[in-house]
Amino acid sequence: MSREGVGVALPRKEDDRLMRGRGQYVGDIRLPGMQDVAFVRSPLAHARIRAIHVPDAYRDRVFTAADLDGVLPIRAVSGLPGFKASEQPVLATGKVRQVGELVAMCVAATRAEAEDIAAAVVLDLEELPAIHDMLAAREPGSALVHEHWGDNVFLETLVDIGIEAALDAPIQVSRTISTGRQCMAPIEGRGTVVQLDHRLDQLVVHTATQMPHIVRNGLSECLGIEQGRIRIVSPDVGGGFGYKAILLAEDVALAWLTLRRGHPFRWLEDRREHLTANANCREHHYRITAYAERDGRLRGIDCEATVDSGAYSAYPFSACLEAAQVASILPGPYDFPSYRCRTWSVATNKCPILPYRGVARTGVCFALELVLDAVARAAGIPPEAVREKNLVRPEQMPFENITKKHFDSGDYPAALARALTAIDVDAVRARQRGSEPDGRRIGLGLSVYCEQAAHGTSVYSGWGIPMVPGHEQASARLTPDGGLELRIGAHSHGQGLETTLAQVAHEILGVPVARTRLVHGDTAMTPYSTGSWGSRVMVMAGGAVAAACEVLRDRAVRIGAHLLQTRPEECRFAGGHVIGPSGDIALEAIARTWYRRPQDLAPDTDPGGLEVTAGYKPVRDSGTFSYAAHAVVVAVDPDLGAVEILDYVIVEDGGTLVNPLVVDGQIYGGLAQGIGTALFEEMRFDSRGQPLASTFADYLLPGAADVPMARIDHMETPSPYTRFGQKGIGEGGAIAPPAALANAVNDALAPLGVELLHSPLTPRRIVEAVLAARPTAETAREAA
Amino acid sequence: MKPAPFAWERPGGLAALLARLAGAPGNVKLIAGAQSLGPMLNLRLVEPDLILDITGVPEFRIARVEGDTLVLGACVTHADIEDGRVPDLTRGALRRVAAAIAYRPVRNRGTIGGSLVHADPAADWVSALTALGAEVELAGPDGRRTLPVERFVTGPLTVALGPGEILVTVRIPALPAGAAWGYVKHCAKIGEFAHAIGAVRLEPGAGRGRAVIGAVEGPPVLLADARPLFGGRIGTDFAERFDASAADAVLRAAGMADAVERHVHVTVLARAVAQAAEPAPVHLPEAA
Repeated sequence: MSREGVGVALPRKEDDRLMRGRGQYVGDIRLPGMQDVAFVRSPLAHARIRAIHVPDAYRDRVFTAADLDGVLPIRAVSGLPGFKASEQPVLATGKVRQVGELVAMCVAATRAEAEDIAAAVVLDLEELPAIHDMLAAREPGSALVHEHWGDNVFLETLVDIGIEAALDAPIQVSRTISTGRQCMAPIEGRGTVVQLDHRLDQLVVHTATQMPHIVRNGLSECLGIEQGRIRIVSPDVGGGFGYKAILLAEDVALAWLTLRRGHPFRWLEDRREHLTANANCREHHYRITAYAERDGRLRGIDCEATVDSGAYSAYPFSACLEAAQVASILPGPYDFPSYRCRTWSVATNKCPILPYRGVARTGVCFALELVLDAVARAAGIPPEAVREKNLVRPEQMPFENITKKHFDSGDYPAALARALTAIDVDAVRARQRGSEPDGRRIGLGLSVYCEQAAHGTSVYSGWGIPMVPGHEQASARLTPDGGLELRIGAHSHGQGLETTLAQVAHEILGVPVARTRLVHGDTAMTPYSTGSWGSRVMVMAGGAVAAACEVLRDRAVRIGAHLLQTRPEECRFAGGHVIGPSGDIALEAIARTWYRRPQDLAPDTDPGGLEVTAGYKPVRDSGTFSYAAHAVVVAVDPDLGAVEILDYVIVEDGGTLVNPLVVDGQIYGGLAQGIGTALFEEMRFDSRGQPLASTFADYLLPGAADVPMARIDHMETPSPYTRFGQKGIGEGGAIAPPAALANAVNDALAPLGVELLHSPLTPRRIVEAVLAARPTAETAREAA
Repeated sequence: MKPAPFAWERPGGLAALLARLAGAPGNVKLIAGAQSLGPMLNLRLVEPDLILDITGVPEFRIARVEGDTLVLGACVTHADIEDGRVPDLTRGALRRVAAAIAYRPVRNRGTIGGSLVHADPAADWVSALTALGAEVELAGPDGRRTLPVERFVTGPLTVALGPGEILVTVRIPALPAGAAWGYVKHCAKIGEFAHAIGAVRLEPGAGRGRAVIGAVEGPPVLLADARPLFGGRIGTDFAERFDASAADAVLRAAGMADAVERHVHVTVLARAVAQAAEPAPVHLPEAA
């Protein structure tokens, strides 16, 4: 292994810039003549627009839907049968369907002045009944978000794989389990700065996005202008997590405005817009039954799952990805013979839902792992025993599960066993048998999941959404002085790709990581890509960079052989040198020759030179399957509902780790977000569809004191299908913690007769459940 | 999230401030640490015509001992107290309360006077100073007057300031030898506003004490005579005598209908009592 190649825990080179405050974000862009935009947003969740009153003084500074001639609504249609399409107007027409929906666009020299204008615009709205509860929204007679649908269901799906055969199982446990609605809360919000490049007759849209090329597709379709007239630049981006995998109505509005006015405009999302107006995630509801033998072996899982998709289908992932994914991945890492799952993607008067780190897996894992613990209690066996009996076994690999998911490799029972050893189950159980001096209760929680990542054409063509990943491409170019430039169409917004892709290139070409630059986030400079999502980039762009570098290497060998006065087949390439039978030549010399001294090249030299674009797909594109076992010990204060994490162990298998340090960072970050889902984060709504948090004083994120120093143990079972055996692992850290923590709290409180089934497990919910479980107390009746 | 336009002035003395406060038309707001007013301005929850920055008034920065009373100017920051930059007659009680307010950046700027005048029911000083028996000194067009904190904070975000009147100092009585102090708050996470506060200042030798249940809907629930919480008598065995059902009855009488809320508040009060009986060792850094 090279000192800087694949597998080396190299510190991230981009951190020198980012940690010193020298990152260049959309909010750092200052253009001459730039004006700020503030939006008038709907204060109501559901209302008919009677009139929009703009003061005369501001007539030329306020724009409404009536002004947006030729701009089409945002449509994200799924090809799944029965999907009902929504049309999201860029500025509201006729109705508003969520709090925060864009109604008018106000421009001024500064944001404060633009907000003054926005405050002077008066909306005349006729309030309609708000649809705020996804289960009620499914009922006949509910008010309708989109009247012409006739109901509120974007999509209903059903899979039934022999559930009948499970119905006579001796153990049957049913639970109603749900996860709260969340906001994603990246440190940097969204933002857009749009300018016109008159020389190229091109709109330059600087926007904080994970997928610049997809934004260009969508923008071109909404504006009705050719793609060549649009350039998307996504500079440094301060966290994505799915929140920036969307075509924004704000992007379209500012693009139109810039075309119309000819000078630059800026909109920067503020935290209130983020929390109340601009996309949520995670809200799932499950009615789930597990059928099992008395020894804990699963006979089948039967589930009805509902996802609150919000008012509109977001571009490009659509309103159905989340619920449809529930049906296909609910079986998780387990092997059982019968399965039924019905899902509903429901429209409500809330922000659209977007896939958040882990997408549906976090909810699915929560539902399944909680019900497995319930099976364990019903069977009178420890929770690990249920999992040991049902996990996919290494000798089954590659394994096709009940929903035809193709598990590429791994030893799932070993991951669980290592987690149990590391957390020291016996010691925790012994401690539980005693009592704590402070009256708290100790609980142990487990959670195992698998994460399909980097899934490609064969999977996404089935969804039929506006974006289907194909071959991933990368460009590699040697500079005349022997440095290396890599260009990818995906984006790095915290993943460390400037380092890890340089490591991949180093593995092939031996160019020092410090001399390798990654260019990304600009449609003018990079090959087309669907972007960074689905934990795909290390597999896909990693494979593409390797492929491009291999072509480059072979060309370098042919040039080098000529310079060494030998034949290519007599040479090999190592350590950045072409080595021949009687001498060697460095890549720098080869690059200098190609660019600066072409007279020294062979007459029949390859004219393609030292710049290569190559494409890549894994041998199979059904996805890599990374997986992990999480084990956590908590202390729960039953009187105040406080949960302290005493120990947290993660045994993760991401295949070959390109950079273990970066992988650890991904896991820690995901864990923090998973703890947020488990214990803190919830966007609640009142019966009029009003979001009940508009600042971080009310929407709680975990703080430094709430995130433990988890102990991470790596297994490295290579994927047989990817270039280096690497698997996608970017989301995994956020998948298991809610289930593991809920199982731990339930384990701690089980002696009190408490079982919590809704995330987040807030202090209030815990105390409520503890009091409700006290049979005789008067408080029990009141709390119920 | 940008404030509506406002005028801004920074008077250099108390007389000038009072004169400006009396004469200015429209809606006037005072600003000191801006830790509550700042976000409210940005959210346009308040849109004052004029903001008077009071941090240039020297009297608001005083910190001195007058006999058995500690006098702190309105603009003394939480961090000034936390770091021991001001005198203390409470054997560290004030420092411990200050050190647990929100986060350090908030404590660096937030002021004791601002916190009291803002009167957020979940704020620490509102409950802690009520339990300590502190008073506030007010100055206005009709001169000066002094009120106990429990009469100053009259409701959620509501205080007994008259027109043109401002809070000048907070007067905190010494914690006498033999007195016991306990202060416990419950937050969903560190730095968050409290969901429940319990505070007791007990003098077992004299058989008397005060108790406060804070972070409730309105002003803190004060038992100026806390004996009913201890079976009618406060002695050295007060911890064993604490009667949770009596505290629960107090909260019921105060109108707290929610059983979970009552349970959490009573639990926190019980823990404040336990802390008063056996103060856990607290390690504060040397006074800076």
